[in-house]
Amino acid sequence: MSFAHTVLGLLENGPAHGYDLKRVYDQHFGQDRPLHYGQVYAALARLLKKGLIEVAGTEQGDGPERKRYAITDSGVTDLHTWLGTPEAPQQYLQSTLYTKVVLALLAGRPAADVLEVQRSAHLKSMRELTRRKTEGDLAEHLICDHALFHLEADLRWLELTAARLDELATEVNR
Amino acid sequence: MSAAGTEAPPPAADEALGGTLLAARGLAKSFGPTTALERASFDIDPGEMVAVMGASGSGKTTLLHCLGGIIAPDRGWILYEGRDLGAMSESERSGLRCGDFGFLFQSGGLVPELSCLENTALPLRLNGVGRRTADARARERLESLDVDGTAHQRPGEVSGGEYQRVSLARALVAEPAILFADEPTGALDSLNEEKVMRLLVDAARRSNTAVVLVTHEARVAAYADREVTVRDGRTRDLAPGAAG
Repeated sequence: MSFAHTVLGLLENGPAHGYDLKRVYDQHFGQDRPLHYGQVYAALARLLKKGLIEVAGTEQGDGPERKRYAITDSGVTDLHTWLGTPEAPQQYLQSTLYTKVVLALLAGRPAADVLEVQRSAHLKSMRELTRRKTEGDLAEHLICDHALFHLEADLRWLELTAARLDELATEVNR
Repeated sequence: MSAAGTEAPPPAADEALGGTLLAARGLAKSFGPTTALERASFDIDPGEMVAVMGASGSGKTTLLHCLGGIIAPDRGWILYEGRDLGAMSESERSGLRCGDFGFLFQSGGLVPELSCLENTALPLRLNGVGRRTADARARERLESLDVDGTAHQRPGEVSGGEYQRVSLARALVAEPAILFADEPTGALDSLNEEKVMRLLVDAARRSNTAVVLVTHEARVAAYADREVTVRDGRTRDLAPGAAG
């Protein structure tokens, strides 16, 4: 998963300081592993270098000056492309998909499309594996079955999440 | 099948539907206050296998029943080989269901009082084929699906996997142009599911039978050439090359 894209997605809701970004990230995605400030600023530096974000202002408080970052038009385009690109179907990619879905909901984007694009990619993969197993020997058959059952579990998660999108939208926008 | 309502009328048989075997547009169907289908469309080519997917209650079985001429939609049209199902008499539609269309359901469907051979021969007998010929063709079909040992048993005496293979034999015995299969492996364990699906795909490919496969199982849908999703009574086509 691209952490920089997650930061980009959070900035689509409006300009924010590094501190705000860490707080919002931890609120939505940091249940197991809260973010380190160093990770946030490293991602911001990379995004600035690529022109995907810009410094929208600097504030002088009690401590060191704080920069506010905003997404640029190129950043919006880049984020749009990332959200609309299915992940390579593989085991345990739910966390990436979950992040994409939450970011889409936060930004008011069609989160159902994120799930639908992924579902289509998964079904395509399953068709290919089914073709392989019907043409292969028993070993090939068992290997393909293993992959098929995992992809099927992902698909169930996708369908369940699609059915719960309204509920999730209420939760993340609370 | 009915072209009533606001939908555009079906195109004439010689109009461009390409090589489409069965085409449907704007299908709507309600049962009392419940809307089961709303603007559903569907196309299938000869020999093609299309999975119809969707959650329980999404309308996928209603779509299959409309396409197979079992029930009439409230609106929209269905063309089979350029012929409008809505313009056919009930006996013409019944003829289609015994010949050009084959049906395979999740469970049940075999007549419990008849042997598996008699069950398999039934569509041919209903089409006026003589007993000897019908039995010979039914036996051939049972053999090809590796269930000829059940020929003289009643459906209640065979295993679940055998039951579905006999049902498949019966669905294919009249060499239909389209097989309508509704959750055909829903009552089977994984091993029998796979056996039935492989036999179904193999038999359909050999006879160039198109298959409309209703399922909520992605593993089963993966045998198809493409998927159509039904959600809240509306269809959505997932192109085979889509994404990734």
